[in-house]
Amino acid sequence: MGYKAKFRVWRGDGGEGELKDYTVEVNEGEVVLDAIHRLQATEAPDLAVRWNCKAGKCGSCSAEVNGRPRLMCMTRMSTFEEDETVTVTPMRTFPVIRDLVTDVSYNYEKAREVPSFDGGDVKPGEFRMQQVDVERSQEFRKCIECFLCNNTCHVIRDHEENKEHFAGPRFLMRVAELEMHPADVADRRQIAQDDFGLGYCNITKCCTDVCPEHIKITDNALIPMKERVVGRRYDPLVWLGSKIGVVKRGKETPKA
Amino acid sequence: MTQTTVDAPSKDRAQIPARTLRKDRYWLSPLTTFIVFTAWVVYATVRSMMGSSFWVDKYHYLTPFYSPCVSKACPPEAADFGRFIPAHLPFFLPYALISLPFLLGFRLTCYYYRKAYYRAFWLTPQACAVPDKSPARKIPGAYSGETRLPLILQNTHRYFWAIAGLISIVNTWDAVKAFHGADGGFGMGLGTIILWINVIMLWGYTLSCHSCRHVMGGRLKSFSKHPVRYWLWTQISKLNTRHGQFALITLFTLALTDAYVALVAHGAFSDLRIFN
Amino acid sequence: MTEIERLQYDVVVIGAGGAGLRAAIEARLQGKKTAIISKSLFGKAHTVMAEGGAAAAMGNVNANDNWQVHFRDTMRGGKFLNNWRMAELHAKEAPDRIWELEAWGAIFDRTKEGKISQRNFGGHQYPRLAHVGDRTGLELIRTCQQKIVSLQQEDYREFGDYDAKLRVFAETTVTRLLKDAEGKICGVFAYIRETGKFVVIETPAVVLATGGIGKSFKVTSNSWEYTGDGHALALLAGASLINMEVVQFHPTGMVWPPSVKGILVTESVRGDGGVLKNSDGKRFMFDYVPDVFKDQYATTEEEGDRWYEDADNNRRPPELLPRDEVARAINSEVKAGRGSPHGGVFLDIASRLKPEQVIKRLPSMHHQFKELADVDITAEPMEVGPTCHYVMGGVEVDPDTAAALIPGLFAAGEVSGGMHGSNRLGGNSLSDLLVFGRRAGEGAAEYASEVTVTVPESEVEAAMAEALAPYDREGGENPYAVHQELQQTMNDLVGIIRREEELEQAIEALGKLRERVANVSVQGGRGYHPGWHLALDLRNMVLVSECVAKAALERQESRGGHTRDDYPAMSPEWRKVNLVCRLASEGADGFVELKRQEMEPMREDLIGLFEVDELKKYLTEGELPSEEN
Repeated sequence: MGYKAKFRVWRGDGGEGELKDYTVEVNEGEVVLDAIHRLQATEAPDLAVRWNCKAGKCGSCSAEVNGRPRLMCMTRMSTFEEDETVTVTPMRTFPVIRDLVTDVSYNYEKAREVPSFDGGDVKPGEFRMQQVDVERSQEFRKCIECFLCNNTCHVIRDHEENKEHFAGPRFLMRVAELEMHPADVADRRQIAQDDFGLGYCNITKCCTDVCPEHIKITDNALIPMKERVVGRRYDPLVWLGSKIGVVKRGKETPKA
Repeated sequence: MTQTTVDAPSKDRAQIPARTLRKDRYWLSPLTTFIVFTAWVVYATVRSMMGSSFWVDKYHYLTPFYSPCVSKACPPEAADFGRFIPAHLPFFLPYALISLPFLLGFRLTCYYYRKAYYRAFWLTPQACAVPDKSPARKIPGAYSGETRLPLILQNTHRYFWAIAGLISIVNTWDAVKAFHGADGGFGMGLGTIILWINVIMLWGYTLSCHSCRHVMGGRLKSFSKHPVRYWLWTQISKLNTRHGQFALITLFTLALTDAYVALVAHGAFSDLRIFN
Repeated sequence: MTEIERLQYDVVVIGAGGAGLRAAIEARLQGKKTAIISKSLFGKAHTVMAEGGAAAAMGNVNANDNWQVHFRDTMRGGKFLNNWRMAELHAKEAPDRIWELEAWGAIFDRTKEGKISQRNFGGHQYPRLAHVGDRTGLELIRTCQQKIVSLQQEDYREFGDYDAKLRVFAETTVTRLLKDAEGKICGVFAYIRETGKFVVIETPAVVLATGGIGKSFKVTSNSWEYTGDGHALALLAGASLINMEVVQFHPTGMVWPPSVKGILVTESVRGDGGVLKNSDGKRFMFDYVPDVFKDQYATTEEEGDRWYEDADNNRRPPELLPRDEVARAINSEVKAGRGSPHGGVFLDIASRLKPEQVIKRLPSMHHQFKELADVDITAEPMEVGPTCHYVMGGVEVDPDTAAALIPGLFAAGEVSGGMHGSNRLGGNSLSDLLVFGRRAGEGAAEYASEVTVTVPESEVEAAMAEALAPYDREGGENPYAVHQELQQTMNDLVGIIRREEELEQAIEALGKLRERVANVSVQGGRGYHPGWHLALDLRNMVLVSECVAKAALERQESRGGHTRDDYPAMSPEWRKVNLVCRLASEGADGFVELKRQEMEPMREDLIGLFEVDELKKYLTEGELPSEEN
């Protein structure tokens, strides 16, 4: 049943630190987070790790396991060989607070810039929406905000300076969610491009690859959003149509 | 007191010397893409400039690389859409001058191909969670994604898609014409089947396009008010999940169709006839 | 001396789950400068785990539903130990709270007419739960989170600062409520997890919305945050807790693999057709329908199965009995040796629905089992068993304003007591958070308009000394070891079935644990130190556990979430009694004392909603309405 697993865990703060070797008992059916917890309870009581539900529903225990962005609670130990060394490091795109805990405030700052849902004049209780109309946005609302997509996106992972004008897949998807919301009346296409950096996305799909909720971020949110932006900004026919009055244009919603 | 500093430590990313800690062969997939794409481009370039072995007169097989054949150098039977391009052009201008540039544009701006070549050729990034290896990485601010020229032109994809749709009709016509027997009546051979497989896959690729999905219904806010477009969108969405597969399959079917027609036209072997 | 950050707010909300966020939104809407203190990151609260839905009698699916029916279901489910006024307010206001969420951007599943769809759930007479697949809690949290963001955006437009009127202190833990000389709340003392830095927020009004106490038990569906902080803070500030003995064990937690033991399998699995079977393959729930429910539940499998299609003309299957009944039934089956290989029973949806239906209706369950346990629920049954899920007991509050007995203290959500009586119905929790979260925010805002406070320095010093104590002790015990023992004790001795001797043992063991907690020590820096955090949380867990154990010993009957092996029957005499827990004497650390308190009789118009025959099962002769009515 149980065996001694080899772990290497990044320990340190303020950016400085190192990979430290540990040996820890692992039992059948356990996940990486269990091993980290056992380390805490035995060898390393001050090992910092962020976690909550341990069921893949809160998106707190994001880290990188053998170099791949993962939720530690969703990474079963049975996916590794018993003699394999499992390397656990903090997410690389965000500044580290201590050990496996990173400062994810970038994400919360971006969240505040996206204009909120605008239901227009409809009163509470009077919304009428069909299931087929809400399903697209519902897929995006499955997001547990683990920020693994933003962590893996090379636009900010490899280019820190882009953080200023790129909101990451998570919040571009939030824009898409609101744009596809049948009751929302705002138009966020212009700011999706100008303020949230949709054009920086080169659709290499790593966000979709790492999503623990299996949301098709690229195909269902980012690309449709890019197409909508094309319709707003880069489509000569639409432009012509609006000039001669065939295409009606609503009001642009500014960044919040 | 026993505790140490309580001020917020300076915020830096974790310093990890290894470029990536991935242990799998993450480089294999981009490398394969690189080789396959390069080989295909070389083959396609050579073939479309060759100016020979593109038409099997006996069975009316026209390779897709020369369709529609609009050069004055095309045999009249192969040129159903007119011959209006001078016969003596510089060698690098193909006979199918009015279609090939658009087909190239359609594939270059395709969302699937973009992913594939950004990974395999640009190395931005080579694989997920592996550092971007483009020269731009060294210069802060040099990565601009698809926000500037030339890559901002990727946004023209929907126009290339529309033209690609027209060209698929031409390809379908070519496949219909390929039911041509040796005696001039109805006939069918292995070449006919290959042309049909190719054209069906081309339709799969063209219809599963992300721009197509947007135009057909994706752009709507409310589906329930547009049931027909919703149905179209649903069907295209199903195809769309296989868009990447169609993109690769059509590379092979195009090359295979062309090679088959070329070899038969050249007389390397004769077409396997099923009927007449 | 260690530096302390000092801030002032009108209202401080402790806890950022559904109740906390709703309270903060309300306080901010009333114009108050509001702080939200959260132990986790913003948006990670335990509310995200709620799956089934939010109960509200909107009548979208069955037009016969209304607040009276919902009220009746809630009282029945709670076996009449509920604070009837809370149950009334809850049933009346829940629909408005749900509709409000929709106006803030929530996207519930829809009916054909485009209204919010509602699903069946255990104990609810009609389909009543507004839901989004099986991730309704996440939707609720995200919507409240996004509403807060939208309020911050408004403030940004007005003041140029997102945090001007509403600020979230993420990863911050309150260790003490501060009181002034008059005994009013005057602030909170907290540490920031990231740095270990201390914060004192001066405020006249504090809303507790800290959730439950599950982490005192070994097998629980609750996350690490559920250490009973709010319960303990209230006790330490002199407020009272009621009916702490009633703890809900959710009947269907995962029992395998060990790493996910306790994690919930939503009741919607049963609502959508899942059935419970023992190792003989028998649907055993038909043997466990108690007399009080005999008329409302099917007696044959055929009738139960028909109900899924035609609920108006058939009685519901007994798998949908209230949670306490199902939990006890599973417990009995396992004890009788008819359990599954890992000590649970089988929950089977695979043989009842087509795989695509399972994936469509229960996507996150499918995902959870696939990814965590490598079990495909569309192909094989799940193994499930009871898990500690929810505490019905909590801070004693005024139903209308959510005010606790200490001036300036308010409580909402799981940390407050009374609303759910002895057993909470599934789906009533999410609506409870919204209804009473809003009321607490309103109550706190109103109170804060009238009162000003200053924090006495002595209170701050005492709180800081207490927080630093684990560092000053040398060679003390490892907090993790003490925590494990506490969990084992509570699980074994104060678990789902209770006995007098075991409860006495538990109280004795808790006394010893309290001494050990006072002696744990930690080393190292204060920045993000989980050992230190646990050392401080342990005080709360032991204190609350003591209340649970003492109240469980006192209540000599079985009712809902309190089952006494030695007193198996429900007693109308005990129904009238609330057990009130307080700190034994001013200033003393630890020891709690218990008092019996008579419950206020139900208002006549509410009692009139029940048949006298039914009331006889719960009430004493003297409480029944007179015959001529």
